[in-house]
Amino acid sequence: MSSLQLLWFFLIGLLFSVFFFLEGFDYGVGMALRLIAHNEQERGELMQSIGPHWDGNEVWLITAGGAMFASFPYWYASLFSGFYIILFLTLFALILRGVSFEFRAHALSPAGKKLWGWALSIGSLCAPFLLGMMFTDLVKGMPLDAGGNIRGGFGDYVNLFSIVGGVAVALLCLLHGLNFIRLKLTGELRQRAQALTKILYPVLFVGLVAFAGLLLWQTDFFSKRPLSSWLLLILIVLLSVVATYGAYRDKEGLSFIASGATLIGVVALLFNGLFPRVMVGNDPLHSILIANASSTEYTLGVMTIVAAILVPIVLAYTIWSYFVFNQRVDTKKVVSDK
Amino acid sequence: MLVLGVSMLSLARFQFAMTTIFHFFFVPFSIGMALLTAIMETIYVFKRDDDYKKMAKFWGKIFLLSFAVGVVTGIIQEFQFGMNWSDYSRFMGDIFGAPLAIEALLAFFLESVFIGMWMFTWDRFKPGIHALFIWLVTLGSSISALWILTANSFMQNPVAYRIANGRAEMASFSGLLKNPQLWVEFPHVIFGAFTTAAFALAGMSAWRLLKHENKTFYHKSLRVGLWVGLVAAILTVAVGDLQTQQVIKDQPMKFAATEGIYKDSGNPASWSVVQGFDTKNKKVTWSIEVPRMLSLLTYHKATGSVKGMDTINKELHAKYDGKYGSAINYYVPPKTLFWSFRIMAGSGMFFILIAVLGLWFSRAKKNTLQNQRWLLYVLGISLWLPFIANTCGWLITELGRFPWIVYGLYTIADAVSPSVTAGDLWFSNIMYFLIFTLLGGTMIYFAHRTLVAGPDALDGTGYADTTVDPLSKGAFSHE
Repeated sequence: MSSLQLLWFFLIGLLFSVFFFLEGFDYGVGMALRLIAHNEQERGELMQSIGPHWDGNEVWLITAGGAMFASFPYWYASLFSGFYIILFLTLFALILRGVSFEFRAHALSPAGKKLWGWALSIGSLCAPFLLGMMFTDLVKGMPLDAGGNIRGGFGDYVNLFSIVGGVAVALLCLLHGLNFIRLKLTGELRQRAQALTKILYPVLFVGLVAFAGLLLWQTDFFSKRPLSSWLLLILIVLLSVVATYGAYRDKEGLSFIASGATLIGVVALLFNGLFPRVMVGNDPLHSILIANASSTEYTLGVMTIVAAILVPIVLAYTIWSYFVFNQRVDTKKVVSDK
Repeated sequence: MLVLGVSMLSLARFQFAMTTIFHFFFVPFSIGMALLTAIMETIYVFKRDDDYKKMAKFWGKIFLLSFAVGVVTGIIQEFQFGMNWSDYSRFMGDIFGAPLAIEALLAFFLESVFIGMWMFTWDRFKPGIHALFIWLVTLGSSISALWILTANSFMQNPVAYRIANGRAEMASFSGLLKNPQLWVEFPHVIFGAFTTAAFALAGMSAWRLLKHENKTFYHKSLRVGLWVGLVAAILTVAVGDLQTQQVIKDQPMKFAATEGIYKDSGNPASWSVVQGFDTKNKKVTWSIEVPRMLSLLTYHKATGSVKGMDTINKELHAKYDGKYGSAINYYVPPKTLFWSFRIMAGSGMFFILIAVLGLWFSRAKKNTLQNQRWLLYVLGISLWLPFIANTCGWLITELGRFPWIVYGLYTIADAVSPSVTAGDLWFSNIMYFLIFTLLGGTMIYFAHRTLVAGPDALDGTGYADTTVDPLSKGAFSHE
């Protein structure tokens, strides 16, 4: 394995981390529409809080996909064709939620607003759930053939482990979104979001224990890389404790950073366990390795230079855009329901 | 493998055609609308004529609708190379992935972040700064076209590569960008995008003028549309001619099919305006011809003969049979290409004509456009034409490359995912079809309603600034 291959494996993980940190909260806000808003006015306020950002956040997923294609084409090909139905449904969810902002703004009737609000919520629930399932299946191992194609049946994709993984990721996104709402809104919505996090964090801890148990049972994480796996697992739990603490002590900023970091911790745990593979085969001989899944050193070099130049620029104006919209959404001024 | 009489390959090809054609209704329209909105807002910045601010806001709403559908159908494109064409991704990833990743980093972030800035900060920044945001969106979406076409140009005309380890490997990144195909394809597409939005906007304005609504507003809009449309259409046609030269050189079969010539032409070559085909016996049944015209189009000279499909077919067999066997069919679908080309090129000429007429009758000195109801009808109906012309262009480009997915290097038949089943493809095809129908229908419905409501119904979409300073007193008070 060359250093460039290692770097790009790390960068793919980093891109997915940033994606979950950023889009995680707007998935959560989408789900929260059904949980803490009592009327269309309030749903409008919630959507307003992510309105300027969700599209930029989603680009991190597109970038992660594109970077995977560029740096590890054999991984990209195997993963994307292998998880065909899961990814198709993810796309479907992303389509529904992507148009919902614009379409809901244009809908005049209450029924129309309701419809597109639901599109956002369903899309925001399904996308992280399905991606969670896919990543869980990925580390669990799939029936790969010698050509690197997944030849799986229904149970290989949908099983207890992957469902728990999907629920865990969706729940983490929901909590992250609620923390974002606490940070971004005023009034009752903010209070309700806080109240709900206090209920959901205990649920999350149960979920994390279940997930850790299944991880122990269904993957080789703890036999192959025990130290780092345990450390990351403990870190994930600790971060959730910090977020819970923030919920009880009215420290929404702390909760938000901690819930985002938890999502990054999960990505780190999965990528750490995946290493030095990119696809885990049920037959270890068929696993695809970082060392032989990548593009040429030349292409990786080109991509490294490009990323080194562009990523700081992208980060700079993205962060700036968050500063422009760093003020809270004011309940009294939302006009979307005229 | 055949399921219900349809092969996996056909299902995957159908899906690619459906998703890209649908996506490409919105892409050029959005790119062009961003430019038009930017131009309007810039005129406002310099002239301080509030009509132009109103125009930027109003047409911006329709732009945003189209942008939303363009974005969500765009994600499909990136995913489906891996999902449906995994062997293609394996073969081409070393070359094809880089432009896609760069497109995301350089273009998608730029447009998506600054579109958010543009939508929500009308009252927060000085007009000049605010206009800069929409220019950055225009820049971002235009750059995205550059990179995706870098990838497509390689598929049309592979350059700067070597075949090693069972795949195509990038030999030079700058070589990839220096592909001559790119520098005719990119301008053709980008000017085509400007043309698309310009005539769509002019057409929408024409319908409102027919209803005698907001005459000044739509008159100004129409003229912006027609000026941009005129310049863009002339450039699109001009670059299209250069692109044809490239095709003649790189993909002679594609060119012969767009001209519908089976047998080598005489010298000088005459050009069929229209003709009938007997595709079974590979014959032209009847035709209306302009003498010497094909020589002119091909060589920009009054003489010269053009190779027909039969000759090219023999040449391709001689060239590739050693590697791919003799069973491959090198004929591309001549009827589709022939008619697509005529619709596309004809539309280009037609756009130039109606732009000149529209600008002439609406000139400041003697504006009689309102009395030329026939012209307003023609402009109104023509708003759909660019979308048809764009689709025809891509049909020529992509179908004309048959049987190759990467010209001369890799066949479409080899590219499809081995692990995806016909059931998967039926399911996704049907679902895509349903959701596209819903998206397209809703988008047109909302755009039409926005248009009917007119520019004075402005703040109905709720993009007002609704934030409050978190540091001010009372910002956190609970009611």
